[in-house]
Amino acid sequence: MFDWPTFVFSLPLLGKALLITLQTSLLGNAFGFVIAILISSMQLAKMPLLRRLGGSYIFIFRGVPLLVQLLVIYYLAPMLGLPNLSPMVAAVLALSLCSGAYIAEILRGGLMAIPPGQREAAHLLGMSRPAILLRIELPQAVQSTLPSLVNELVLLIKASALVSVVGLADLTRVAQNLAASDYLFFQHYLVLAGIYCLINIPLTMFGRRLERHLQRSLA
Amino acid sequence: MPLTLSPTTTISTEPAKGANTATPIIHLSAVGKRYGNHQVLSNINLDVHHSEVVCLIGPSGSGKSTLLRSMAFLEEYDEGEIHIEGRLLGWEIDDRGRRKHAGRNRLNQARRNLGIVFQQFNLWPHMTAMGNVTEALVRVRRMKRSDAEKRAMTVLEKVGLAEKAHQYPARLSGGQQQRVAIARALAMEPKIMLFDEPTSALDPELVGEVLAVMKQLALEGMTMVVVTHEMGFAAQVANSVVFLDQGSIVARGTPSEVFRDTQHPRLRQFLQNYLDRNAFWHTTPEQEN
Repeated sequence: MFDWPTFVFSLPLLGKALLITLQTSLLGNAFGFVIAILISSMQLAKMPLLRRLGGSYIFIFRGVPLLVQLLVIYYLAPMLGLPNLSPMVAAVLALSLCSGAYIAEILRGGLMAIPPGQREAAHLLGMSRPAILLRIELPQAVQSTLPSLVNELVLLIKASALVSVVGLADLTRVAQNLAASDYLFFQHYLVLAGIYCLINIPLTMFGRRLERHLQRSLA
Repeated sequence: MPLTLSPTTTISTEPAKGANTATPIIHLSAVGKRYGNHQVLSNINLDVHHSEVVCLIGPSGSGKSTLLRSMAFLEEYDEGEIHIEGRLLGWEIDDRGRRKHAGRNRLNQARRNLGIVFQQFNLWPHMTAMGNVTEALVRVRRMKRSDAEKRAMTVLEKVGLAEKAHQYPARLSGGQQQRVAIARALAMEPKIMLFDEPTSALDPELVGEVLAVMKQLALEGMTMVVVTHEMGFAAQVANSVVFLDQGSIVARGTPSEVFRDTQHPRLRQFLQNYLDRNAFWHTTPEQEN
């Protein structure tokens, strides 16, 4: 039923693929977070133009399937006469843009929950807008939305399975290749499922820990 | 500096004349503000002099908080002028004589010597008391962290909370939180402190500790404008008391003029309400029989 030698043989390949998966999804999440800070604060800005820009961003990148975004981004550059994006760059870019939209909405909720008086106090003490955002508002928004943010990270790791369409040898693609070579479909996909599942364990633990750490200050 | 009551002025809606010959540190002339059709403030004339304590009293909705917030340009007044230390607050007059918003730097310049304390404290909950006090010192005044912490300890000591320096706001009582908020404002070494109902969100038992700190500040010669419902505080500490109703200054004078001698019907009614509300042991001869 389960062919152990094949499993052992596949491990180094899967290990390498795991790195690709982690690299794309973690980088995507990190850049996505930066994008999200920008977009969410644009949406909460006073200027109508900024609000509309932020809103449009979310409309587009939340509205288009990630798979389609990946393909469009990958094939867009040559259309514009630019050099091809490497699969890695295209994958990280697509994951960043997409997760940026989702994280922006999460952060916006967290930012809106902060009593406006806190901003007022900071403003009166002479703090600049970016300083207020980064020092006063963002830490609280991250803290209050941490479960959703961890959730988003987990989702993104799984969504990164899609990057194989631009030719990246991530976990899913390598498992597919292995299965195609020896027809042990069930075994390879079972191992694949197990690996995705295992990735979550340290993440969830890290999230819990961070939550507890942050809560200690506020309790 | 000892408390001195300014020379008596008659109760009128005009600003106190000759109360102090020096230029006022806060000068409001014909200040007005409206929300749509609703006139929130109208024709407010008020001078606050160095080391003076002015208390703003009045029923809710009378505009006293709006007036105080206007003095920090947290509310944009749209008529008249407010000068802080001679600088026009919040507005600039362009070539054609129209007013436009002052730039950020200019606004901050005019606000530089203002400290403000809010009803809801508005401490930052993710920072300790110390963090709350040092934040602006480090980020705005560019002080070295060690220097900022030294100054923070001085002001926290002043409000009696040195031993709570490393506590987060959630671990402090309302009164302690408000005192941290006062310390945070004081750390910036303001010349003027504005208080917007600083004790209204507090349990009655905790009001005293905050008022005590404010009283101490007044004794040290801080210029203060206080919106308050604490008539006892106003009576003891204020140099002048200003009564607002429906967006206008209806009466003003020394505490004794406002609280004891006034004949103004609306003010008398307001004070009577206050007395009734605070009389918890009321026996009439009939009840005793």
